[in-house]
Amino acid sequence: MTLKGQILAADGTPLKVKLAQTNRRRRLRAIWLVTPLLLFVGITFLIPIADMLFRSIDDPVVNRLLPETSKQLESWDGRGLPPELAFDSLASELRARRADQSIGKLASRLNFEKSGMRSLITKSGRKLKKIKEGPFKEKLIKIDKKWKDRDTWVVIKRLSSPYTGVHYLAAIDRKLDSEGDIVFQPEHRQIYVLLWVRTLWISVAVTVFCLLLGYPVSYLLATLPLRISNLLLILVLLPFWTSLLVRTTSWIVLLQSHGVINDLMVVLGIIGEEQRIRMIYNQTGTLIAMTQILLPFMILPLYSVMKTIPPSYMRAAQSLGASPAWSFFKVYLPQTIPGIGAGSLLVFILAIGYYITPALVGGQDGQLISNFIAHHMKFSLNWGLAGALGSILLASVLLLYWVYNKIVGIENMKLG
Amino acid sequence: MADTVDTLVKFSKVQKSYDGETLVIKNLDLDVMRGEFLTMLGPSGSGKTTCLMMLAGFEPATHGEIYLDGKPINDVPPHKRGIGMVFQNYALFPHMTVAENLSFPLQVRNLDSGEVADRVKKVLGMVQLEGFGGRRPNQLSGGQQQRVAVARALVFDPLLVLMDEPLGALDRQLREQMQYEIKHIHENLGVTVVYVTHDQGEALTMSNRIAVFNEGVVQQLASPDDLYERPDNSFVAQFVGENNRFSGKVTGLNGNSCTVELDVGGEVHALKVNVGEVGEKTQMSLRPERVEVNPPHGKYQNVFEGVVKELIYLGDHIRTRASVCGQDDFVVKVPNSSGHVHLKEGEIVKFGWKMEDCRALDAKK
Repeated sequence: MTLKGQILAADGTPLKVKLAQTNRRRRLRAIWLVTPLLLFVGITFLIPIADMLFRSIDDPVVNRLLPETSKQLESWDGRGLPPELAFDSLASELRARRADQSIGKLASRLNFEKSGMRSLITKSGRKLKKIKEGPFKEKLIKIDKKWKDRDTWVVIKRLSSPYTGVHYLAAIDRKLDSEGDIVFQPEHRQIYVLLWVRTLWISVAVTVFCLLLGYPVSYLLATLPLRISNLLLILVLLPFWTSLLVRTTSWIVLLQSHGVINDLMVVLGIIGEEQRIRMIYNQTGTLIAMTQILLPFMILPLYSVMKTIPPSYMRAAQSLGASPAWSFFKVYLPQTIPGIGAGSLLVFILAIGYYITPALVGGQDGQLISNFIAHHMKFSLNWGLAGALGSILLASVLLLYWVYNKIVGIENMKLG
Repeated sequence: MADTVDTLVKFSKVQKSYDGETLVIKNLDLDVMRGEFLTMLGPSGSGKTTCLMMLAGFEPATHGEIYLDGKPINDVPPHKRGIGMVFQNYALFPHMTVAENLSFPLQVRNLDSGEVADRVKKVLGMVQLEGFGGRRPNQLSGGQQQRVAVARALVFDPLLVLMDEPLGALDRQLREQMQYEIKHIHENLGVTVVYVTHDQGEALTMSNRIAVFNEGVVQQLASPDDLYERPDNSFVAQFVGENNRFSGKVTGLNGNSCTVELDVGGEVHALKVNVGEVGEKTQMSLRPERVEVNPPHGKYQNVFEGVVKELIYLGDHIRTRASVCGQDDFVVKVPNSSGHVHLKEGEIVKFGWKMEDCRALDAKK
């Protein structure tokens, strides 16, 4: 039965409506089943992430504590000194902040941007207590002649917006100068670009090593008889059942300068007592330990792809006259590309945000960006910068996912 | 060394064992003639695929030598043997188009691109897949993939083509059609084909000669008609085509015939093919279509009464199951010709057959 091109069920309702009705129950049940997990993930994972991302651009202190001054400075073009009104409102607001004891917070925020601001603010607040009447311009300048300095006002104006991009600039070793231009940090404060490059290079190196080490193992796993390959697979999975901390510390035991490997080489006379090789608390240590720890994430996707490739392909290629090596590169390797892609992506994404291992075995030059995020979270308490570093990391991972999805999508189109 | 120029492949005392305890191939001697279509037929585990894999070079022979075109090839790796092969699951490279699959063996041989294109075009025409060169294997139907696989095994003009149950994955109608196509390709090209299958119908349809394998031994090597009509032993009789079996004891030998006393009583005259002395056990084989219902008196030496148990109408013939000589599964094919006898279930009729059609073979099953 049809009505205006619609197919009707036996009782006259359109078939689509009927289908939706019958499926609704099942759908409600499915939603009900995932709700607890959804709530859990939302509360413990998504909301904190969103909060941290927000913190990277959130800069409310000055705007909240000096609302009137912020408004006055908005119309100031940054040339010369701000208008009288700005001095007036600043004076009254400083007095008020001193009264409600939030002046310390304001002073530290400003000092973080420009050293010397803390003393200027606290001093001005203290002295303003006695000055009841204006005009405040001269009186403020009399308290401290820094109020005559245009840069002081530029700093306040810059921070008067509730949102800021300075954390992102800091995350790539840049800052705004007094003219509002983006410039490099002074050389002794430049660390993040170096860290980004190092994080990237270590992640790439770990991925490449994992691929080189994991590919032959996966091939063996996929081609050996089931009984032996199961045993091997257990050996591959064994690290998963061992604590990450235990594995990392056992690398310390092995690699340290009086560790197993160095001792062995000294005993065997390969190196002298004074030539012990430094293999840990540097990039080498980070590389070795991370490669070992992330290897299963390369092997498993490779294995699952290789298992679906029947051995007859290689045989067919050889029967057609291709040497074993040629058959491998022309026939086998191209078919494992989805596995290589999945494994590399997984290892790279895990490596780029790896924390515990570099923290334990990285020493000075083996530290990665994640260690600095942790540092800013726990010690310097510069959550804005931590948020900025984290969101750059998150963005790069998402970008990778997108690229992978695109590549795999193309792959699927070709194969499926 | 090869005996004659006409022998292309020679298995000489070849043995194969996977575990060092049992022989999968026991002392195989087999010659494949140039230009012939030889089928290795047998149940699974009979060693036929192992044989093919040794010939292709994917399995080493444990003992013995295999010769190709007069030269020993035991130490020649698969890719230098120049043998085309069609695999059970086709093994078309999924990441290449049909044309790329077909040009693979040609590019490996460093042919220039013009000739590659020519040959690919020609071979696509041969398997009636013109215009399919740009497709990927998974965009083709099973039958089309099959044809590409055959074309790929032939495109580099190999001396020998091996086919390992290539039609196993196809449905029945397509399988029959492909049987004829492969047969025609073989006839047109004159290429030597060694074909492995467990389907006796396929073997009978396509082959010049059939080697029946069982338990690592070639039971009989003969042309299809010989194999069907003159099986050497009871395994072949049973494996190739349908047959009625009687077991009994030899009571008399007389030239090329013998008399056998059935276990359940009664005496049958049979052709002496593979029996021992008087008093030994034997098993006789009789094809269902060689039995006549209610024969004229005196026409046959063997005439027995039986009860019709079941009639199955199959169009061209009526399959009749009867109880004869104590056998409940005695099968007779009554042709549906004009004026044939009309039987009823439960009817008692006479069944008769010639001495020559009843072959007395070895007693083992």
